Amino acid sequence: MQPKLGLTGWLRWFWRQLTSMRTALFLLLMLAIAAIPGSLVPQRSSDPNGVTQYFADNPDLAPNLDKLQAFDVYTSAWFSAIYLLLFISLIGCVIPRTKHHFQALRAKPPTTPARLSRLSGFTERDAPAQADAATAITHARTVLKSSGYRVARFDSDTESSVSAERGYLRETGNLVFHAALVGILVTVGFGGGYGFAGQRVLVEGQTFVNTLLAYDSFNPGRFFDDTTLDPYTLSLDDFSVSYEQQNLQAYGQPIDFTADVTVTPKGEAPEPGVVKVNGPLRTNGTSIYLLGNGYAPTIQVTAPDGTVVFSDSVPFLPQDANLTSLGIVKVPDGLAEQLGMIGFFYPTQDKAASGANFSSYPDLEYPLLTLNVYTGDLGLDAGVPTSVYSLVTDTLTQQTGGKTGVESIELKPGASAELPNGLGTVSFVDNDPAASAAGDFTKSVSRFASFDIHYDPTQIWLISFSTLVLFGLFTGLLVPRRRVWVKATTRADGTVQLEYAGLARGDDPALEAAVTAVADRHLKLLNSHQTVATTPEST
Amino acid sequence: MNLTDSALLNSYSLYALYSAMAVYALAFIAFAIDLARRSSAVGAIEEADSIEADAASSAGSAASVGSTRTLERPALKRPVLSRISARMDNDAALPYGRSSSLRVGVALTVLAWALHLAATIMRGFAADRVPWANMYEFAMTGTLLIMTVFLIVLVRSDLRFLGTFVTGLVLVLLGIAALQFYVEVAPLPPALQSAWLVIHVFVASLGTGMFALGFALSAVQLLQSRRENHVLEGAAAPRGPIASALRLRFLATLPSSATLENLAYRINIIGFILWTFTLMAGSIWAEKAWGRYWGWDTKEVWTFIIWVIYAGYIHARATRGWRGSRSAWLAIIGFSAVMFNFGIVNVFFKGLHAYSGL
Repeated sequence: MQPKLGLTGWLRWFWRQLTSMRTALFLLLMLAIAAIPGSLVPQRSSDPNGVTQYFADNPDLAPNLDKLQAFDVYTSAWFSAIYLLLFISLIGCVIPRTKHHFQALRAKPPTTPARLSRLSGFTERDAPAQADAATAITHARTVLKSSGYRVARFDSDTESSVSAERGYLRETGNLVFHAALVGILVTVGFGGGYGFAGQRVLVEGQTFVNTLLAYDSFNPGRFFDDTTLDPYTLSLDDFSVSYEQQNLQAYGQPIDFTADVTVTPKGEAPEPGVVKVNGPLRTNGTSIYLLGNGYAPTIQVTAPDGTVVFSDSVPFLPQDANLTSLGIVKVPDGLAEQLGMIGFFYPTQDKAASGANFSSYPDLEYPLLTLNVYTGDLGLDAGVPTSVYSLVTDTLTQQTGGKTGVESIELKPGASAELPNGLGTVSFVDNDPAASAAGDFTKSVSRFASFDIHYDPTQIWLISFSTLVLFGLFTGLLVPRRRVWVKATTRADGTVQLEYAGLARGDDPALEAAVTAVADRHLKLLNSHQTVATTPEST
Repeated sequence: MNLTDSALLNSYSLYALYSAMAVYALAFIAFAIDLARRSSAVGAIEEADSIEADAASSAGSAASVGSTRTLERPALKRPVLSRISARMDNDAALPYGRSSSLRVGVALTVLAWALHLAATIMRGFAADRVPWANMYEFAMTGTLLIMTVFLIVLVRSDLRFLGTFVTGLVLVLLGIAALQFYVEVAPLPPALQSAWLVIHVFVASLGTGMFALGFALSAVQLLQSRRENHVLEGAAAPRGPIASALRLRFLATLPSSATLENLAYRINIIGFILWTFTLMAGSIWAEKAWGRYWGWDTKEVWTFIIWVIYAGYIHARATRGWRGSRSAWLAIIGFSAVMFNFGIVNVFFKGLHAYSGL
């Protein structure tokens, strides 16, 4: 009959299993495997549009995958279960080891083994004639201590020995590494909740105040308090882009994006700043990143009676490398009907053989704006939020372009055109008419920049823990932990035999060389003392 | 630098690269010949042994027959095999010196490496920046670093027997790079204009170089431990058919599986430290460029997977039952993931790291 384990017994058994190295290894391998699906299937966190597309492409498969949380792998129950178990296992392993290490740090090196000849790097030497065993060990102790060993001396009638150990930093580093990993997990898991990330598009000349409502989108952490937003203002003064123009292989490739901004902290003087890709602006506790840009043509719609019913620089979203851009204009009020327009903007317009417009260069060489006009119900009055970047055409009637047989409206900067059905006129406002007249369109259309504004108070912690991780790795993997013994035995004839040996604790490729080096240094020291002792005193 | 100079320098870089590939191919052949020679030398001794063993068994002293006999054979019967390479704990069953083909192989590798280095430097000057901003350049620099790590390690330990693998790997990668990934010199897009390009990518390549060597050592370790097991079995049974079925007779001239495992471990832990740094440097750069330090981008995912696999490898060495062949398999899987991350994830997976135009 086997004895019954009982609840505590089972818990203890379970805990021992969980904290065993075998389980840790198993969980590590599971973690590696569990991370793979997130690279095969688009993730909501990093690629939300990809997920939408995936649902459209695989209508049968996608919902089933979604049930398995395949689109949120890294926050899924199964992925979290693996890493949480792994970290519990890690903590359960590290705590007793820390305790043990503290004891080892206070303990003396163990007694010298009886037979050193069985150990690594065993070396035998003869002590110089006049050195006795006790003196030889005193010197061995000095040599080992100066090499950073912790030493303990053992003397008996026939032999003296010193037992030495070094490389406690190896285990320290090991423990620091694992503790710092826990620190990173906790910081990421809870610390992330105290920050926020917000997005805002600014056209040149526009200003934004850092308040909740001013953001185009805003993702606060769980513990973030909106009222703590620091209401500084950010103005985009100028957005400049430079393009490669020399190298024909990369002609038109952007080589620099620079957003010149002005930041005005509340109640303080404005200060200029620059935001670049790879060069966020750190201001007022937040970081401002430049994540996108494009053109924002200024479009004006005038009612037949001359009233301006719409006038705005509309950000057009880039569709290709040459910045063919797509934008939406909605005019809900002031005209006989609600008006929607889908616009294409070509910074350097060109015509394909098929007659389709395209942009052949991303800078403003020969800008053209085309507009397809829709009339009807824009769907804005129902109070349902709609995207400013899309136009639902179901409830609208197309008036120009496409199958209507009416040509799309095409506008150069500064030009105007009549809207269909006598609704009014639409103009493409030129920012720099004088230069355009001379054929230079480079300043005719405004640009926009899209900024991400982040606040993350935990980054300093992450950097600190990461540094500790690296420190722990270096010391935990590369510092050799070893024991070295030196034993001096007095032979029957009065001469002293010296024995050296070492023991590796963990991977230690240089152990034998280290033992030999200790022996060499020890003999050198003994010889020098002997020389001093045997030299006739000159004083 | 003006464009014509740049184009000219780039074409010189290409000539140098193709020359380097040709010389690597020659080195590969020389290393392969060395392995073949080792095999035939081992074969000759085994044959002599078995004749002797037959004679011995017919003389009635069958008890002394066994593989250990090979180890005890006096050196004078095989002068080439007696030279033990210096500085390395070479505990090969049949120590084998440096044959002329091995010397030629190493010399050709050094020559090819010099051409490879010249090609990479010229590409860098042609582009007026570090030569690792797209897949082609990254492959060129990465393989250069694999080779540099190999040549540096050779000074310390005699891993010349890995020459076939290392030159072969570099040749294949350079071939793919030159034929599939080649792009003309182009300026850096703003997203790559950062000091972290220099640090993050360089350290990643260096880590890859370490993992490549660790992979090769682990693979040889697996073959070697298979041979050792056969030898152990052979001690009890007649071993002729097993040894010839194995075909890889040269393994007898290589270090024991335990030595190979230790070497692989030492190289892989350096790789792991470099990889950890790559991951951290990448995070710091990601924060600057994309506004978040970690976002589970496909490349980030695979960098993480590789890190976890090698963490597993290091733990496996401390787990009972996992030392030896099992941990070697982890190192092999780890390097396969590194190659997958470089060759497949960059090209076929959608992600933020894919914007360098290959």
